[in-house]
Amino acid sequence: MNTVTRATPASRVAMIIAVLALIVLAAAPWWAGRADLRLLGEIFLYLSLACLWNLMAGYAGLVSVGQQAFVGFGGYMLFALAIFGGLHPIVAILLAGVLAGLISVPIAALIFRLKGAYFAIGTWVVAEVFRLTFAQISALGGGSGSSLPVDIVRSLADSRSGREALSYWLALGAAVTVITCVYLFLRSRRGLALTAIRDSEVAASGLGIDIWRTKLEVYVVTSAFTAVIGGLLFLQKLRISPDAAFSVNDWTAFVIFIVVIGGIGTLEGPIIGTILFFLLRETLADFGTIYLMVLGVVAIVVMLKAPKGVWGLVRDRYDLELFPLSYRVNTKPKGD
Amino acid sequence: MGSIPMSDPLLKLSGLDAHYGDFQALFGLDMEIATGEVIAIIGANGAGKTTLMRSISGLLSNEATQVTFKGQTIGALRADQVAYAGIALVPEGRQLFPSLSVEENLRLGSTVGRTGPWSLDTVYDLFPILKERRNQPSTSLSGGQQQMVAIGRALMSNPELILFDEISLGLAPVTIKSIYDALPNIISGGMTALIVEQDITKALAVSSRVYCLQEGRVSLTGRVEDITRDQITAAYFGVDA
Amino acid sequence: MIEWINAVVQGILLGGLYALFAAGLSLIFGVMRLVNIAHGDLIILAAYLGLSTTMLLGVHPFVALLIVMPAMAGIGYILQRGLLNKTLGSDILPPLLVTFGLSVIVQNALLEGYTADPQKLNAGAIETASIAVGGLSLGVLPLLTFGMAIVVIAGLQWIFYSTALGRGFRAVSDNQDIAQLMGLNKAHIYGLAMALALAVTAIAGILLGVRTSFDPAIGGGRLIFGFEAVIIGGLGNIWGTLAGGVILGVAQTIGAKIDPGWQVLAGHIAFLVVLAVRPNGLFPRVEH
Repeated sequence: MNTVTRATPASRVAMIIAVLALIVLAAAPWWAGRADLRLLGEIFLYLSLACLWNLMAGYAGLVSVGQQAFVGFGGYMLFALAIFGGLHPIVAILLAGVLAGLISVPIAALIFRLKGAYFAIGTWVVAEVFRLTFAQISALGGGSGSSLPVDIVRSLADSRSGREALSYWLALGAAVTVITCVYLFLRSRRGLALTAIRDSEVAASGLGIDIWRTKLEVYVVTSAFTAVIGGLLFLQKLRISPDAAFSVNDWTAFVIFIVVIGGIGTLEGPIIGTILFFLLRETLADFGTIYLMVLGVVAIVVMLKAPKGVWGLVRDRYDLELFPLSYRVNTKPKGD
Repeated sequence: MGSIPMSDPLLKLSGLDAHYGDFQALFGLDMEIATGEVIAIIGANGAGKTTLMRSISGLLSNEATQVTFKGQTIGALRADQVAYAGIALVPEGRQLFPSLSVEENLRLGSTVGRTGPWSLDTVYDLFPILKERRNQPSTSLSGGQQQMVAIGRALMSNPELILFDEISLGLAPVTIKSIYDALPNIISGGMTALIVEQDITKALAVSSRVYCLQEGRVSLTGRVEDITRDQITAAYFGVDA
Repeated sequence: MIEWINAVVQGILLGGLYALFAAGLSLIFGVMRLVNIAHGDLIILAAYLGLSTTMLLGVHPFVALLIVMPAMAGIGYILQRGLLNKTLGSDILPPLLVTFGLSVIVQNALLEGYTADPQKLNAGAIETASIAVGGLSLGVLPLLTFGMAIVVIAGLQWIFYSTALGRGFRAVSDNQDIAQLMGLNKAHIYGLAMALALAVTAIAGILLGVRTSFDPAIGGGRLIFGFEAVIIGGLGNIWGTLAGGVILGVAQTIGAKIDPGWQVLAGHIAFLVVLAVRPNGLFPRVEH
């Protein structure tokens, strides 16, 4: 009997390990120090950004260098809705996501007219428009930015450690949500169509899926999620300014390096990439600019020598797949 | 069967294999072509004729020793290096440069700077219509005129070996006739030619020897006058005659 | 009224600088369909090379061009043959991500070598010189920049359409394989195209450095200005980059006239409006 499955022994083991790891990580506020907790929170938020960018660039072919537009938008919306709308920060962040999704539709209508690399620079222009616009809003501190008022910060939790734990759980929850959503989307009919487009234009045209619309959906959903992550990032920082909120280095360059080094167009890649990125950062960060140059060189070498990144190398060598996306035919000998 | 031993062939293929990724298109082809010969390469669609042209001209890279030209191993050279060595290809489908005028297309052919009988003037003498249209965009020409540009462009490099790939494809019969009428003039100067054609009659009429390809292998070779129609049919379609 | 006319005229002249940012991008895209994300950082690199040359040799920034232009051309050729040629193919990811990585490397190398302090090239009296034309005061330097843009674009046009090198550029752009059959080594042709583009970048970088102060972080912004000029003017049209640069420059100076904080924003909005109304730019190349 031949059976067609997606799951493999490796993916089942990975699933069990992931659940165990999740339990351990969820308990981090009880076992990790303050600095470690903060670092872990940052790691989860970067992981989320990397997964989202990977979905756009690695699967939908939308290579954006302007996702900082939505990171910053989410951050600023948190501040604006909490300060002027009086909303609870978590509600403000969720609403920021919805608003980002809405605003991304007309943006997509414009920049989808640009192809390939020109699309990439177009996204950057949009991010610059966001940055310059928010820098003009004096109520939000103009070019120098503003801090989240103390009473709003207190509304999260009374104690500092309580706030830090909440902020950490939100980051962990965001990462789990993003990874799950991306995974489920890629398993769906539309997700499979995207993978098909990427792997073969011819195959995709036969699927009868509106490619443009699918890409638009990916763009809108990714933008909304990115804004939520942006809100969470600045909920951690408690301070926002146009240059920090719309930084191309922090929110796009690092994310691209993470995905490229880990393995673009694979679900596992962003996870591996995030781990490697933070390992590198924690060991080399003292070297500042040199560290960034090393990162740039590593990304270039990976792109040229191993375009599917570290995960691609591992997968080709051991035929592993931790997130079962592709179908496999299991051939069993007859008569058993 | 009909192969002629040659002491010093101009072009020699020894066990030529060609691959597109995992797909193998040519299997151990052997050929020897002497200076001044006109060779017809025939075969059905997918027999490997165009692959053979791409391999000789350097568009497909092979093992260095699988293609020898004037005693030099050229199998691993790039197409531009092969062009400098003295091989020109008239590609299937003409493939003129749309951004270039007729004359610029021709001039580009002389990039390699080889000297010989062919120049802008002699090409214009051969195809006077091209002189009239010299400043027009190459894409504004009729199919037959475009084919003349493609042939002229190849001649401008003064090659010692010229490869014609399906020069009658997509052209009106009267145009094909005029081009084939011009062919003896082109080749008469001691140039060696390989002619790939689907139209067997046309190809055999201007050639002295023939190779028939079938599924990437030589299925028949010999002097044109020694070969019968039945042999060709068998070699072409792979059925026993 | 005269103030507005002045803003428009200053914008037109500023457009010359943006056209110089754009010309190299346009050339590279035309020949090999490559969009170099590091283009802006290479402009800044040229400005810093100019700075080092003026300081080491004590020469005027314009004289420094004699060294910076060949240096940038050499960097371009080596960069293309050593790195960028390996990224070209049907997949858009490698060139995009490799030039993005390059951008980060150049930026941080400049930061390491020259610090983050703003620098400026000192061109002496010419910086403040101006001539009065009908009530307007036109700076000599902006006029010179605009004239340079016209010369550079006319020169590129001439190279493209009247020389054997330009014929090679167009042939390789049309059909790489067939161009190779004609004896053109596309790796070399691409190298020459990048050398030419970065020689233009050298001019742009020196003129930028004389006009305003610069630091290692501003490359991205220059890339965007150049890119906007290319898209506004219409892809594949070299003169269109000048028109695009002028429109961008005018939008910026008018924006700045309304509110100084709106200068750059107004330029971006002009670009987005053009993209909405004429997605192929105002002067797209007419295909034969």
